[in-house]
Amino acid sequence: MTTPVPAGSLLAARDLRKVYGPTTALDGAAFSIHPGEVVAVMGPSGSGKSTLLHCLAGIVTPDSGSILYNGRELTAMSDAERSALRRSEFGFVFQFGQLVPELTCVENVALPLRLNGTPRKEAERAALTWMERLEVDGIRKKRPGEVSGGQGQRVAVARSLVTGPRVLFADEPTGALDSFNGERVMELLTEAARSTNAAVVLVTHEARVAAYSDREVVVRDGKSRDMERAV
Amino acid sequence: MNAGQWVRDLVMGVRFAFAGGREGWIRALLTAVGVGLGVALLLLTTALPGALAERDRRGEARLDYTFGEQIERADDTLVTADTDTEFDGRDIRGRLLEPEGAKAPLPPGLREFPAPGEMWVSPALRELLGSDDGRLLRERLSYDIVGTIGEQGLIGSQELAYYAGAEGLAQRVGDGIVGRIDSFGDPNPVEEEMDPVLVLLVLVVFVVLLMPVAVFIAAAVRFGGERRDRRLAALRLVGSDGGMTRRIAAGEALGGALLGLVFGTGFFLAGREFGASVEVFRISVFPSYLNPSPLLALLVAVAVPGAAVLVTLLALRGVVIEPLGVVRTARPARRRLWWRLLLPLAGAGMLFPMIGQGRENGDFNQYLVTGGVVCLLVGVTALLPWIVETVVARLGSGSVSWQLAVRRLRLSSGAAARMVNGIAVAVAGAIALQMLFAGVEDDYTKATDYDVTRAQMQVRVPTGVELGAAATKLERTEGVRKVHALSEGYLYDAPPQKEPQNGAPLTIGDCATLREVAKLPDCRDGDAFTLRSDDYGDGTAALNKPGRKLYLETPEGPGETEAVAWTLPEGVKQADPIDDPTGNRRNGFLMTPGAMPAAMAEEVRGELYLVIDDSVPYVREYVRNAAAEIDPMSVPGTWYATERSDRYESIRTGLFVGAVAVLALIGASLLVSQLEQLRERRKLLSALVAFGTRRRTLSLSVLWQTAIPIGLGLLLASVVGVTLGAVLLKMTATPVSVDWASVFRMTGVGAGVVLAVTLLSLPPLLRMMRPDGLRTE
Amino acid sequence: MSIGHTLLGLLESGPRHGYDLKRAFDEKFGHDRPLHYGQVYSTMSRLLKNGLVEVDGIETGGGPERKRYAITEAGITDVERWLATPEKPEPYLQSTLYTKVVLALLTSRDAADILDTQRSEHLRGMRILTDRKRTGDLADQLICDHALFHLEADLRWLELTAARLDKLRAAVTR
Repeated sequence: MTTPVPAGSLLAARDLRKVYGPTTALDGAAFSIHPGEVVAVMGPSGSGKSTLLHCLAGIVTPDSGSILYNGRELTAMSDAERSALRRSEFGFVFQFGQLVPELTCVENVALPLRLNGTPRKEAERAALTWMERLEVDGIRKKRPGEVSGGQGQRVAVARSLVTGPRVLFADEPTGALDSFNGERVMELLTEAARSTNAAVVLVTHEARVAAYSDREVVVRDGKSRDMERAV
Repeated sequence: MNAGQWVRDLVMGVRFAFAGGREGWIRALLTAVGVGLGVALLLLTTALPGALAERDRRGEARLDYTFGEQIERADDTLVTADTDTEFDGRDIRGRLLEPEGAKAPLPPGLREFPAPGEMWVSPALRELLGSDDGRLLRERLSYDIVGTIGEQGLIGSQELAYYAGAEGLAQRVGDGIVGRIDSFGDPNPVEEEMDPVLVLLVLVVFVVLLMPVAVFIAAAVRFGGERRDRRLAALRLVGSDGGMTRRIAAGEALGGALLGLVFGTGFFLAGREFGASVEVFRISVFPSYLNPSPLLALLVAVAVPGAAVLVTLLALRGVVIEPLGVVRTARPARRRLWWRLLLPLAGAGMLFPMIGQGRENGDFNQYLVTGGVVCLLVGVTALLPWIVETVVARLGSGSVSWQLAVRRLRLSSGAAARMVNGIAVAVAGAIALQMLFAGVEDDYTKATDYDVTRAQMQVRVPTGVELGAAATKLERTEGVRKVHALSEGYLYDAPPQKEPQNGAPLTIGDCATLREVAKLPDCRDGDAFTLRSDDYGDGTAALNKPGRKLYLETPEGPGETEAVAWTLPEGVKQADPIDDPTGNRRNGFLMTPGAMPAAMAEEVRGELYLVIDDSVPYVREYVRNAAAEIDPMSVPGTWYATERSDRYESIRTGLFVGAVAVLALIGASLLVSQLEQLRERRKLLSALVAFGTRRRTLSLSVLWQTAIPIGLGLLLASVVGVTLGAVLLKMTATPVSVDWASVFRMTGVGAGVVLAVTLLSLPPLLRMMRPDGLRTE
Repeated sequence: MSIGHTLLGLLESGPRHGYDLKRAFDEKFGHDRPLHYGQVYSTMSRLLKNGLVEVDGIETGGGPERKRYAITEAGITDVERWLATPEKPEPYLQSTLYTKVVLALLTSRDAADILDTQRSEHLRGMRILTDRKRTGDLADQLICDHALFHLEADLRWLELTAARLDKLRAAVTR
């Protein structure tokens, strides 16, 4: 069974299959997202949500299936090409443990730009702009260990947006936060993404976080179900 | 606080050291391996003096020197001949034995005397003779093997030695090769007074090798600090107080150290066995030699765990363990420079009074030397953290990899410096020593006078062997281009037993050979010459009276036989001496074989100088074989442009090997902590990879992280090493010159360690950079 | 919601006309359902009868005459009592959704499908509320959050049920 790729999508995957040892993480999953769209990936834990995100982002190569990004087949790219793509076109926010503890917040935000070869001054200037938008410019000189969880996660969001990505991947971005901070982060994240017309792939198990999306895709037992198109 | 509580806490800590699941085990194991390696080295060090003494004792016990005194033939005498030879660069100790009675002394390690044509061999020689490589040697030592020399007759497991039976040696007693003895061993052993400079060297070598080990052990017990901190915090959470937590932490270190003791003993025993199968710099030992003195071993067994507990308690001094985490006391106080300078200054101060004493004034105060060197080297460990902190704080940011590394170091410069301390101390010490060696090298290494362009080998033929035949035989030997045969003797104006007034050397050879020692006007067989000499003591002129009867000295010594005489003929020509192939200018008389009285040929000692073709493989072995065929007691020698004191050589190479071993050990521990650190950052690494960080960037950052502190360490080590070297040279009153070659070699080895650590941590790094680390479930 | 008590509470800050009361109520609580004038006047007359409010004065301007109401001591006591009385938690024991799921299982229909569809519907509602929260003021946010938490509770139940479908199927089809 082959799902057709919806027209006009920025990132689309079909028939994804991925097996880790004895467990089948993905079993024919499909996914598509348009520019400027926020899609929540939901499902019980262990259902393959994160694996789907990792495949879509080119971090993990699926055993079979196709992932088209902007007309290019991700599964056919070399590791270096996919890394370059992640650096320049994608942004990432994870649950925790993603900020480099030795660097200050502003340096952390500037890091993706520096990896792309932007000079330090310029990169940090751009970083500061994003930190202002996410209301964390006050802690720019502090290290991740010295700021609160909510602030740290906003710094991570700023970092994911600083390169002007076309797709933002967020894996339980509020998982480690209380509901107030979590919602604030989601609000800022979706606002910023909408303003830059970036697509957001949001893996979450929290309905209130998923409510920030435009539609949701449910993953169960490695199979995906696109609720909008299903209804 | 009662002792019971202390013990309970410590025991609990020991249990924690091993009960932390897989990770706990790994950490305990790492600590144990680290401590174990240190313990093994310590045990080896304590065993080494004993091993060398034992080696000396056995070497002494088999001495067969006659010590000048003449022994008459009796039923308890033995005639021995020294037939040492060399094969493929390895020395072979050879003795011919001819017992003269039933009570003749048996050399150590033999159960009975070999009959003529038979021999007893050492195990290593037996193996060599049995191998393909030993084919040429078998031709030379063509005796039947009838026994294996026992351990007490050998000074090393890999020593090549044989005892062969012989006949008719007695008539040659006293020619310097053959001697008669009635017992083995030195009858009046004298304590060999060691050169104070050598004592100084040995002392410093031990300090230099042991210091980094101590530093290393101190670092090893602190493996896995971060995870331990978390566990300690959890202990506080369930209600243990600060003191208890500290003691439990100390107990954990104690657990690792105790296991380390076991490991160390194992390593040592394994190393001891292994040591028997290798030969390092031509020195091999038997496992039984390497017995650490019990007292020192006990000291190690007590000191190492004790030090582990102490170091842990000291390390935790600046740490507040709270139930919810570990807090380093606020911001650790900025490292101050002044007291860190005190140590090296104190060290220099201790060494200073001994400056200029030199070899003659001897006897350096051993305590001051040791103390001074220790202080200087410990000074390195005190200075390095300050330097690393200061420099890292000032390093600008370059590329991302550089920035990541510098920041990491800025946060934990102390830990980085601690790991590098060992390397820095080892390198500093090694540089100082190598410098000292290079400085005093001239004293122990003489340039020989041999002119290796004119002849490369020399075969001394014993008295009585017909020289011409010997020369012909050697000429036919493969790879020999040319043979110059010279016979030598000494002429006196009266028979030697009648107290001659004047004497002059005599050299006999054909015209071509004589031209190697003098500028001859013209020469035909039958000619004789005198050599002009400016030497004041030269007796040639006094003897040079035509018609005068000159008497030849015979090897049997005065009174043994009728003196051979030579009547000086008319028309002895004058000639000017030139440097002969051995680098000497001869004086006295030159004689062509035609001018020599027949009786004289029997009494002169022959020397053959060989020009060989080095491109022929094994040419030297062919020559030695041929020489052995001519006479087993002929002494073939290879000429080298320089020769070096053996004692000196072994110390120097020993030091280098030791330093490299210590560096390798520290490299291993660096690798371990590097991997541990990487494991703790697994999630972060995965996240960095997710947003597209190149592997190269992270790999480079790992490289910088090791290279920056080690670079600084090596720099400091070079400065301290050169300073210490200069001071030591001043102490021995040797002109100070920096031995850049050894500075570069040692820093090169240090740099190699950095590279190796980085390379070895790359595979795990790349493995950890896989996205599995991102999986949260 | 008790409109009577809410209006009484609004009067506590000072006497008001009936029209003012409606406006204040709508502004603060009536986002979804504005009050009708009739509701206000019928409620006020009931409160007047019970002695909880009194007429403070009557204005006769150009238009119809308008009464000004003021709260009485008894009224204040009543508001106080109302606020102090905890609301009875709703037991939600009669759930349509539960019924649907069990029926689907009994008739061998895909219950997971029903749950997914229901979740999607809930999320649609939650998206609207979240959007309103984003654009609205603090009052909007508080009200929307209240609703969102309720919907989230439903969703949690949905997820839990989805995870237990197999067990449930075994239980109901036995």
